[in-house]
Amino acid sequence: MTDGGAEPGTVRAARWQPSTIKRIVRQTPRVTSFFLLPRTPFVWRAGQHADVRLTAPDGYTAQRSYSIAGAPEAGPEVELAVERLEDGEVSSFFHDVAAVGDEIEIKGPLGGHFVWNAADGGPLLLIGGGSGVVPLMSMLRHRAERAAHVPVAMLYSARAWDEIIFRDELLDLDGKVGLSLAFALTREPARRSQDFSRRIDPPMVAAVLAALSEGPRLAFVCGANRFVSAASDALIAAGIDPQRIRTERYGQ
Amino acid sequence: MVTRGFGGRRPPREQAERLPPGQYLTEDFPVLSAGPTPQVRLEDWSFTLKVGPKPVAEWDWEAFNRLPISRMTRDIHCVTAWSKFDTSWEGVLVDDILAEAGIEAPKPYTLAHCFDGYTTNVPTADLVGGKAMVAIRFEGEPISPDHGGPARLLVPHLYFWKSAKWIDGLQFIDQDTAGFWELRGYHLYGDPWREQRYTDD
Repeated sequence: MTDGGAEPGTVRAARWQPSTIKRIVRQTPRVTSFFLLPRTPFVWRAGQHADVRLTAPDGYTAQRSYSIAGAPEAGPEVELAVERLEDGEVSSFFHDVAAVGDEIEIKGPLGGHFVWNAADGGPLLLIGGGSGVVPLMSMLRHRAERAAHVPVAMLYSARAWDEIIFRDELLDLDGKVGLSLAFALTREPARRSQDFSRRIDPPMVAAVLAALSEGPRLAFVCGANRFVSAASDALIAAGIDPQRIRTERYGQ
Repeated sequence: MVTRGFGGRRPPREQAERLPPGQYLTEDFPVLSAGPTPQVRLEDWSFTLKVGPKPVAEWDWEAFNRLPISRMTRDIHCVTAWSKFDTSWEGVLVDDILAEAGIEAPKPYTLAHCFDGYTTNVPTADLVGGKAMVAIRFEGEPISPDHGGPARLLVPHLYFWKSAKWIDGLQFIDQDTAGFWELRGYHLYGDPWREQRYTDD
């Protein structure tokens, strides 16, 4: 599989280091953003992730990977949007215990494939399901800062209107030149004419593709595995070269 | 560095002993891959052994299935921190593939190649001596496309990105050469017990 502009080989080794929680912003009932300031700030590329590690008094540790939501330009604070998972050892710590001023170990930036730089150009197709929108948000924000001329179409599937992470910011971006955004709500009626009220399917993907005047140079798909499979199969059925499709999956 | 207010959930001792550092146990089988799942038809499937640039043996699906089939039941460890215990696989040991081709491990390093263009590097010593196979069945069933079917490499003692999905060949080489993830910040070797997740870990 080829990589346009992902610059493999230029990855700087990341190290564990302390960071401080500077801000906590609730995004939806189940998702909250934590803004971590690493002691030694690092520069990331849109779509990369960071690992966080929690340590109990007896030395027991738990670590998880979280996508970075902020644009690279938004550094040095690293925004991680953490979804509360049922029984989540780390996510429930963030939601129930973590407070501004706490120190959390962080390691980043990580991942060198699911990334987009302004220089990679477009058109860009972004398809996210649930918290899979987080790395896509970094790309959208990076585009707004550095490459607002790049055409982008985004399809974002969430259960309900109130579970759309970054909803107000996305609505604000929508309609700006070169950007088209459609929500797919799986458990509620659609609220806008361009939105959908069902699970992702090939006609929906075709409709979103039609918003681009030419085929996407790169398509990024992130979400649960079933969602990512449905989206990428629909893209291939619509004639998109599999080499242009990058996926990031979590769970099943 | 102790995290304020973090108690953590410890697995029972018998689980903890089998979990490499930083890993947690999962009962399901998450799917992670860098691109769409390729649908490889069995009639299009082939497996090629190369020494350097030179192909030395090739099998189609039927011929490959006639090679000696072995079973391995192993714990597997994904770099994204989940581990799964007692996964059972059937396939052809790399030792048996080499024997069938009439060669011995010819070079110190190996690149696994896949139908989607994915590659990963493994020292040849980690593939022989019963340590690795090209698996064609998982838990008694054909491996599903999401999990790498028709065939995937199984190198269970290394992080699971080394167990390349949709494998279509092994290439023996002189120099250790970074594969797909290894070029993108992941460790060249990937030993979970030494927590070699990322470059320079």
